[in-house]
Amino acid sequence: MLIKLSGGTIYDPAHGIDGKVKDIFVRDGRIVEQPRDGERIDQEYNLSGKVVMAGAIDMHTHIGGGKVNIARTLLPEDHRHDPVAHSELCRSGCGHAVPSTLTAGYRYAEMGYTAGFEPAVLPMNARQAHLEMGDTPMIDKGGYAMLGSDDLFLRMLAAKQDQNAINDYVAWTIAASQGIGIKVVNAGGISAFKFNQRFLDLDEQNSYYGITPREVLKTLARAVHELGVPHPLHVHGNNLGVPGNVETTLNSMAGVEGYPMHLTHIQFHSYGTEGDRKFSSGAARIAEAINKQKNISADVGQILFGQTVTASGDQMSQFRNAGAGSPHKSVCMDIECDAGCGVVPFKYKDENFVNALQWAIGLEIFLLVDDPWRIFLTTDHPNGAPFTSYPHLIKLLMDKSFRNDVFGRLNLDAQKMSTLASIDREYSLYEIAIMTRAGAAKLVGLHDRGHLGTGAAADITVYTDNADREKMFEKPDYVFKDGQLVVKDGKIVKVVWGATHTVKPEFDRSIEKEIKQYFDKYHTVNMEHMKVSSDEIEGDGRGKVLVQECKGRREKTA
Amino acid sequence: MRLQKRVKIWNERIRMDNFAQAGTIETVTCPFCGLLCDDLTVQRDSAGNLKVMDKGCARSVTFFERPIATPSPRIQGKPVALQEAIAKAAEILGNSRQPLLAGLGTEVFGMRAVMNLAESNRATLDHMNSNGFMRNIHVLQNSGWFTTTLTEVRNRVDLLLVIGTDIISLFPRFFEREIWNKETMFEQDTSQREVVYLGGRNIDTSAGVSPDGRQPDVLPCDLDRLPEVVAALRALILGKKLHATEVAGIAVADLEKLSQRLLAAKYSVVTWAAAPLDFPHAELTIQNITELVIALNKTTRSAGLPLGGSDGDISANQVSAWISGYPMRNSYARNYPDYDPYLYSTSRQLESGEADSLFWVSSINPERTPPATNVPTVVFGHASMELAKEPEVFIPVGTPGVDHKGIMFRSDNVVSLPLQQLRSHTLPTLSEVLRAIEQTLQTSVQ
Repeated sequence: MLIKLSGGTIYDPAHGIDGKVKDIFVRDGRIVEQPRDGERIDQEYNLSGKVVMAGAIDMHTHIGGGKVNIARTLLPEDHRHDPVAHSELCRSGCGHAVPSTLTAGYRYAEMGYTAGFEPAVLPMNARQAHLEMGDTPMIDKGGYAMLGSDDLFLRMLAAKQDQNAINDYVAWTIAASQGIGIKVVNAGGISAFKFNQRFLDLDEQNSYYGITPREVLKTLARAVHELGVPHPLHVHGNNLGVPGNVETTLNSMAGVEGYPMHLTHIQFHSYGTEGDRKFSSGAARIAEAINKQKNISADVGQILFGQTVTASGDQMSQFRNAGAGSPHKSVCMDIECDAGCGVVPFKYKDENFVNALQWAIGLEIFLLVDDPWRIFLTTDHPNGAPFTSYPHLIKLLMDKSFRNDVFGRLNLDAQKMSTLASIDREYSLYEIAIMTRAGAAKLVGLHDRGHLGTGAAADITVYTDNADREKMFEKPDYVFKDGQLVVKDGKIVKVVWGATHTVKPEFDRSIEKEIKQYFDKYHTVNMEHMKVSSDEIEGDGRGKVLVQECKGRREKTA
Repeated sequence: MRLQKRVKIWNERIRMDNFAQAGTIETVTCPFCGLLCDDLTVQRDSAGNLKVMDKGCARSVTFFERPIATPSPRIQGKPVALQEAIAKAAEILGNSRQPLLAGLGTEVFGMRAVMNLAESNRATLDHMNSNGFMRNIHVLQNSGWFTTTLTEVRNRVDLLLVIGTDIISLFPRFFEREIWNKETMFEQDTSQREVVYLGGRNIDTSAGVSPDGRQPDVLPCDLDRLPEVVAALRALILGKKLHATEVAGIAVADLEKLSQRLLAAKYSVVTWAAAPLDFPHAELTIQNITELVIALNKTTRSAGLPLGGSDGDISANQVSAWISGYPMRNSYARNYPDYDPYLYSTSRQLESGEADSLFWVSSINPERTPPATNVPTVVFGHASMELAKEPEVFIPVGTPGVDHKGIMFRSDNVVSLPLQQLRSHTLPTLSEVLRAIEQTLQTSVQ
């Protein structure tokens, strides 16, 4: 099957292509240079005047796993506003803040996205995360396994085990959880909360282990790097939401001593304590630090106004913030000597000083970070806003006058505390393509996605250029997934199931002896049963496990 | 490395092929209660009969040691071929205006098939344990809660408060595995753990006796007086003074002492099982339990532990929540998921006459048979199921964790474990049967 996409205007930053008219050929799901001599073109799409990009990739979105399902169960009142009926092609479900799995897949695809990555896969809950992602159609999936507050890791650190043993344990965890990266949430803090500590700053010790978050971050950042995992350590910082946490965030950046680190939903970690209300923007300092430190990347976690729900592994922070929830209810859990979770519904309001300033801080960060390859477009779905608000967010970034109109309607005190109106930058289509495609693929380690070069998987999105960028990005003309036309005029025309991306770094298997001993002694689960097999992901004939390149273990370090 | 892998696959294949022979299987997961113990050793004879050799309990022995049965599918009591039974079930479903798909005693893969069939045929869904389970769901959706999981309990609990249940009649190995375990990660002397039973009469508290013979504290009251007792305890934890000197026969001084112990504990766990709390508006009592846990967390650490998970109830609710957005009781009658804990209960659907057919799933426990009804009934049942009234169609299906693989969620709603196949079998899985019915009706979408 050979498809020709003719005459579209291509934005392919991985190859430095910024709006060039060019044909694309797709054979059997892959992009090819050109047809073979005499090869028949089975299907041609005239894309003259259309904008063509690779399929978009959401590198941080809570789409599957225990806390997401708790959030669903918690909010029937939210689902009721957005029922999704059974159609000729699609199964029913519900949408808005925390959609059912099927609806999430359909809506991502209808927005031109072809992949999404669940950032908080608790190893003890990895099976559930993959089951839910397995029921999420249309897009490719993957997950970052959570470490850093699990007792085995903290015990290893407290026992001063060497970096090689840690690396083996990290690689084992990625394999057991079928992950593509490692995430740390409130490093050591979820554990500290179980010992009744309520805050844990970067150099504060966990009261039982005597370990500091700085040690956790450095050890894990180094492990991920030494294992050759392409995605840098994915970090949800300490002190989320606390005024003054900008210092913690800046210190964390310095604390990894040059190892690659990705700071997620950094907006929630960029708060100062200036002004009458002791709450101010730390965006300028954060952006300056990111601009300087090339080992650091971040996604924003933009908040947008309206009802949503926050679902996080950071139970210490979520318990602290539960009082501010709306509707007023919350779920917190201690989980399996592995991690925790906290789910708190939130309604962000533009008349509220704190919420309005949070909105402005997120946009300031977007606009003040120079390098679009190191800053990523997220709302930390659903924590800052549902993913369906991405087109609106893109418009805020690309259209200064629109942005300033919205800004002008915010809480006046918040306006006074923000420099947003003085920032002239408008993102270009090329920069949007970097943030949501080429950069995201590079960051996650998807070697054959996020670009339109020869050999790439044909995940392609076609838009009609429109000065109203929200309208443009919410309804693509065509979306191709692995070469198949799956969306036309913003509606599903074919249901596909996508694959699960993983990495499989090599490691010394003898580490399993120690892990098994730990499980046998302390756990309620047999170690073998905690591992997620590919069988379970591929069961029911829908999924497929793909292994992305991982450069492999480096030489043992002394 | 590559050779090793090949040998591993080869070994696995041999193991699979040997289902027909006698053998011993280790690290077996038992799906018969929500603890999902996965350390059992089970022996199989050449006929496929199973015997629990190690780490058994009354419930796992009942589950695994049922004599092997391979009944034929039946229509109106007459043995028929599977295809015929499937065609008849499809016909009943196709002719039904408001089918009820209930029982739902299955695991994750079975539940996925249930959701698909319900979605394609505008059916209503309810689980056989919903009467108890919904009490917890009401609390969760109204105020939320703060809970923990079994491995945390095993390693951290210093004071266990058990409300309205003996635990062990539902979860026989709870104390052995989570309370009187010898070692913990944090050098705790587990024999010093404190156990308090609150509520219920003549409760079997023997499992709460510590290994060195220390008796648990017991504060008995009639179960239907628990609302007052728990409300009083919550008030005391919040620092309120009570004028009464006793509540439901329990001295307020004793409740005061209990509240002080909870406030002094480093990691107390407050546990209940929703099913036995069978009195009107028990959800309000559960809410007082969960809110007192949240109150304790203002100064110290505490967590709730709702116990459930039998007959796949947690699995059914989990799968339903991710596929439809809602836990049990929901309905696809409107062509999209609609949630109503009152309207869509099995008993109401049948008694009101709204449901005009019943599809009953019970593949784990043969004793959980369908409720009495006059509407056409199709049963997807455990092979050993004996029915008081012969349904229109009976289709025996394999037992997950015995006849075929599966995945099941544990009581704590977090851990899900693989269920193994332990013997060769001739019965179809629930998913296979439901998929065949859906295909027969050809309303299937992906």
